[in-house]
Amino acid sequence: MKSDHQAQASSDGPIVELRGVNKHYGALHVLNDINLQVTKGEVVVILGPSGSGKSTLCRAINRLETIDDGTITIDGKVLPEEGKALAMLRADVGMVFQSFNLFAHKTIMENVTLGPIKVKGMKKSEADKVAMKLLERVGVANQAGKLPAQLSGGQQQRVAIARALAMRPKVMLFDEPTSALDPEMINEVLDTMVGLAKEGMTMLVVTHEMGFARKAADRVIFMADGQIVEQATPDEFFTNPKSARAKDFLGKLITNH
Amino acid sequence: MEGYLSLWDEYGARIMESFWANLQLTFWAFLISLVLGTLLAIMRISPIPSLRAFGTAYVNIFRNTPLTIIMAFGVLVLFGVFKLQISSDFNLNFFQIAIIGLSIYHAAFFCEAIRSGVNTVPLGQAEAARAIGLSFLPAAQLVILPQAFRGAIVPMGNVLIALIKNTTVALAGSVAEISGLMKTMIEYRADQGFLIFLTVALMFVIIVVPIGLLVTWLSKKLAVAR
Ligand SMILES: Nc1ncnc2c1ncn2[C@@H]1O[C@H](COP(=O)(O)OP(=O)(O)OP(=O)(O)O)[C@@H](O)[C@H]1O
Ligand SMILES: [Mg+2]
Repeated sequence: MKSDHQAQASSDGPIVELRGVNKHYGALHVLNDINLQVTKGEVVVILGPSGSGKSTLCRAINRLETIDDGTITIDGKVLPEEGKALAMLRADVGMVFQSFNLFAHKTIMENVTLGPIKVKGMKKSEADKVAMKLLERVGVANQAGKLPAQLSGGQQQRVAIARALAMRPKVMLFDEPTSALDPEMINEVLDTMVGLAKEGMTMLVVTHEMGFARKAADRVIFMADGQIVEQATPDEFFTNPKSARAKDFLGKLITNH
Repeated sequence: MEGYLSLWDEYGARIMESFWANLQLTFWAFLISLVLGTLLAIMRISPIPSLRAFGTAYVNIFRNTPLTIIMAFGVLVLFGVFKLQISSDFNLNFFQIAIIGLSIYHAAFFCEAIRSGVNTVPLGQAEAARAIGLSFLPAAQLVILPQAFRGAIVPMGNVLIALIKNTTVALAGSVAEISGLMKTMIEYRADQGFLIFLTVALMFVIIVVPIGLLVTWLSKKLAVAR
């Protein structure tokens, strides 16, 4: 299964690389000289207080947000500014949103097959087969004919993961994938993500789920005020945070739980 | 009553013929303006600034110009001055110019109706489409517009109903349609003036009311569940 996702990697360099990335919203320096490499198979969890720029960073990686300067490369290719080339590169980057964003007018099956058919030119019969396998894997195969609104939040988010996987992405981005879910549904989504991580998928995950970070992350990145303040293994970060900001952040988490 | 019946004896065939012209004008102008309006809406939501500017300018110009003036322009200027000859048949030519005038005008309204439908589609839908590698046009065609149309059935229905009634303005374009005939009938059969008005009004009501009901039914049936 591991080779499944890795087949298309064309170089041995990092899958995602950001160099000197800056972005402003007016006077707000939302990404401040971000340098980051994610290697093949690595699971990176991004933590940080609200407004620190985690979503913006995540969205910049497939150019849902533009950047002011710096470069972002995906598997060695610089992210193009627009057009067909950008669309092609985006197909290599799977994205899972906080609010699922399943195509509301299409069935679960169609949601998963749309990309393979329209972007990759796959035959419908083949795309259906691939989609069915993915839906089985995330545990919603029996819902294939339904519309997104007929599914629970947890089921929708697992379909969203299957939709992204159907493009055989080189990296998967998750922006708070469980934040919009009822508590009892969080684990079904996290379990799916842990499974992916174990199979060797390269992942960049923004989350407040410390359990996931401990269990699945190879590296934790702590952001504050648009900067990467600290990076460490989860063990190191949670037991021995170095920066005052991180200590403060973790302290608040403990008192909140 | 006898007078009214004799009116039908005298004008019945022409009443039907004229009203048929209104229905034909409606049909063709609906098709053309819907296509044109969709293209304009795509322009207005496109990432290309010059296309957006064109779409905006078009809508602002034609939505704010009285239809009568567009019609008169078609006949007096396009036909009268530039000798625009779409059809060699004199009457058919006026008819086609009227279709063009109606289409150009209502395209601006269909564009805005569709755009209001686009506003019912959450931004996340477009982002998800882009995220799986669809570029603007396929994302619009496969994800945004199908949902936008379903969200715009009521405003589009309103434009269609306005169009049906606005076909009477083709009179200004020398088309033998029902309101022209109405004027003629009232002139020659002043005794039936009130009933003539009522008859013509009723003919429109008979067409428009079922369309209104259909629109309401469709808008519920096709609503996108979120
Ligand atoms: N379109 C925008 N225009 C102006 N400011 C914005 C815009 N989008 C985000 N911001 C601001 O940029 C900052 C970073 O936002 P971002 O969404 O990346 O934070 P975050 O770390 O993901 O926070 P959260 O944990 O609340 O999701 C915030 O202060 C936010 O208000
Ligand atoms: Mg966020």
